Amino acid sequence: MAFAIFAAFVAFVLFLSFYFSRQTQSASGFFAAGGQIHWAVNGVSFAGDYLSAASFLGICGMIAVAGYDGFLYSIGYLAGWIVALFVVAEPMKRLGKFTFTDALDSTFNSPGIQLAAGISTLIVSIFYLIPQMVGAGVLVTPLLGLPHAVGVIMVGTIVIIIVATAGMKSTTYVQFLKGALLLIFSTILVIAVCQRGLTTNPDHGGKKPYYDYRKIPAAQQNGTIKPAAPGFTFAAQQAHTTPQGELVVDFVKLEEADRFTWWKVERKDETIELVETASVTVRGDGSRFVNGIENSDELQVGSLSQIAGKSGDVKTGPVGAFKFLSLLSDKDTIVTRWKKAAVFSDGDHMVTLFASTETPGNKIMRPGLQFKVEGTILQRLDFVSLMLALFCGTAALPHILIRYYTVPSPACARKSTIVAIATIGFFYILTLYMGLGAMANGVVNPFSDNMSAPLLARSFNTYLFAIISAIAFATVLGTVSGLIIAASGAVAHDLLDRFYDLKLNERQKVIIGKAAAFTVGLIAIILGIVFQGMNVSYLVGWAFAVAASANLPAIIMLLFWKRTTASGIIASITVGIIVAVGLILLSPDMFERYGLTRSQAPFQLNQPGIISIPLSFITLIIVSLFTKKKNVKVAAI
Amino acid sequence: MFHQPAAKGKPDNAIGYKSKLGIFMFIIYAVIYAGFVVVNVARPTLMEKHFIFGLNIAVVYGFGLIVFALILALIYNHLCTMREKHPAQNGAKGGHK
Repeated sequence: MAFAIFAAFVAFVLFLSFYFSRQTQSASGFFAAGGQIHWAVNGVSFAGDYLSAASFLGICGMIAVAGYDGFLYSIGYLAGWIVALFVVAEPMKRLGKFTFTDALDSTFNSPGIQLAAGISTLIVSIFYLIPQMVGAGVLVTPLLGLPHAVGVIMVGTIVIIIVATAGMKSTTYVQFLKGALLLIFSTILVIAVCQRGLTTNPDHGGKKPYYDYRKIPAAQQNGTIKPAAPGFTFAAQQAHTTPQGELVVDFVKLEEADRFTWWKVERKDETIELVETASVTVRGDGSRFVNGIENSDELQVGSLSQIAGKSGDVKTGPVGAFKFLSLLSDKDTIVTRWKKAAVFSDGDHMVTLFASTETPGNKIMRPGLQFKVEGTILQRLDFVSLMLALFCGTAALPHILIRYYTVPSPACARKSTIVAIATIGFFYILTLYMGLGAMANGVVNPFSDNMSAPLLARSFNTYLFAIISAIAFATVLGTVSGLIIAASGAVAHDLLDRFYDLKLNERQKVIIGKAAAFTVGLIAIILGIVFQGMNVSYLVGWAFAVAASANLPAIIMLLFWKRTTASGIIASITVGIIVAVGLILLSPDMFERYGLTRSQAPFQLNQPGIISIPLSFITLIIVSLFTKKKNVKVAAI
Repeated sequence: MFHQPAAKGKPDNAIGYKSKLGIFMFIIYAVIYAGFVVVNVARPTLMEKHFIFGLNIAVVYGFGLIVFALILALIYNHLCTMREKHPAQNGAKGGHK
């Protein structure tokens, strides 16, 4: 069923692309849909473009595991549209033609700006493509039973076809369709969540039964924790030594009918209890076991053990939208969350463990579980840096900026941005319900939270799961198409036609645009496979930081500071990109990915925006002051 | 020849007004957004206090930021459209700076 709906959607999208391909023989048609899209359609397409895998899969997933902290992304992403509407929308439309480089270069005609802005567009687009492609791989595994890499290749191929056949026109209608479907079915899912209400029993009798993690008593004998329940035998244990030299056992491996599982040791007063963890073991020969069963799907977790002080078998029945949030934010509501507890080697086995932890509702519904807002100064700065990047990043994203050229006038650009704010804002409110719904309904995959929203749909019925998954797939298609068009425009229009001045005719520009789309699509496929497993919203946070650092200072200063020079813009873009990308590569998260320890990272913030954005502004001001324009010509804002 | 605006529109005599209005509204929103970030960092526990309809400050402030963005956007569009339609009556001067 899921496959049929998915296949029907893809077939329709491809039909649209071939249908519009006859209308896109010119460069204007290919890169800007002829500038004739209606503002209302463009507004919903903005939503289709912007509500990427990060918004739908990443935010819902992060809320499902970290509560309110995931919703902070929604707030930041939406707030960024204020910058787009009040500062950027109309001037961008007035000054540019196909790409934001046109607008930056409108008063200078500088090859340096064309080169810097073109490269910046390419880098930001590729940074943004990574999470979309990761999201594609994440979706395909449960939907079609295919490996991550196959999903990534499939999306890459379809998107290349969409873009290469009809460019911006087909991309616009794919995004319009996807944006509308996403809103409609997310609303249906949220209504279903509220109708179900909250319950302490996470098994809803769906296609995939809920796995009830077990607890058994244990006893310590000569430094070894042994199970005190029939059917289990001790196999191994993981321990650490305290600074006082005491050996403390953290996890125990037990054998039960030839099946090996890992258990967390919990000590209460004088008693010891073993609590089953969610574990993935990858053996030396590459075989993979989930809780002791080879090639099994990951088990789903997340539930409520107490609702507003009531425990046992509690069911609220249908609740209103406010009541749903009110109950979950009650300090006497207890949520069983699952966190990564340990990664270690056991002989030639690599073991990853997730263990349950109980968190009261008041902590779920305020910041602090993901972002360490009560931590060190650096941790707080990291949070501020992220929120700054989200606020500044939207109006600097190339694939968003090019959509201003698809409407006929600046007023239409403004109106389409308002439609975008309405639709995107509404969707972001829904994300809180979908994420919390997943958290409370036992559908979170602890090894990859990105699938929380589709798995929540599966807990209702297979049809809803199939539709939501197909829409999620469309989400990736829509955003990736927009990014590839932006990157293609940067190569064909900014770099080859303008910077290298190849004097291409219309047909040649379209051909080069398509070739560029093909190349960028291939790069996106490779990166999507390499970055498997990272939260897509987190990755998008980096893309926003790079965009905000590289592009926004140049746009803002060009519009509002009369002394801005071409050299200032070039320097600002260059410094913004180098510093933002450099700091990301030197961050603790990346060091962990390199296989090093976090403390070895020379830059201890994960989010570069708080350094790179101001630095880009300062660079532009200083360089502009030292390179005064001979003929001052202020952009018409 | 390839970097002119995509579509040549009618002369817009309200550009200066719209620009100033946009900056003004942007500052209002930016201050409220900054307040949200500061409270989250400085007093995160304050965000768990229940405020209205059983919702805590974190949810009300978060939803509020989203809804307020739309309200500001609609006001902005209304004022801009009025000025575009009746630039002379509102005393608009010259379009392009």
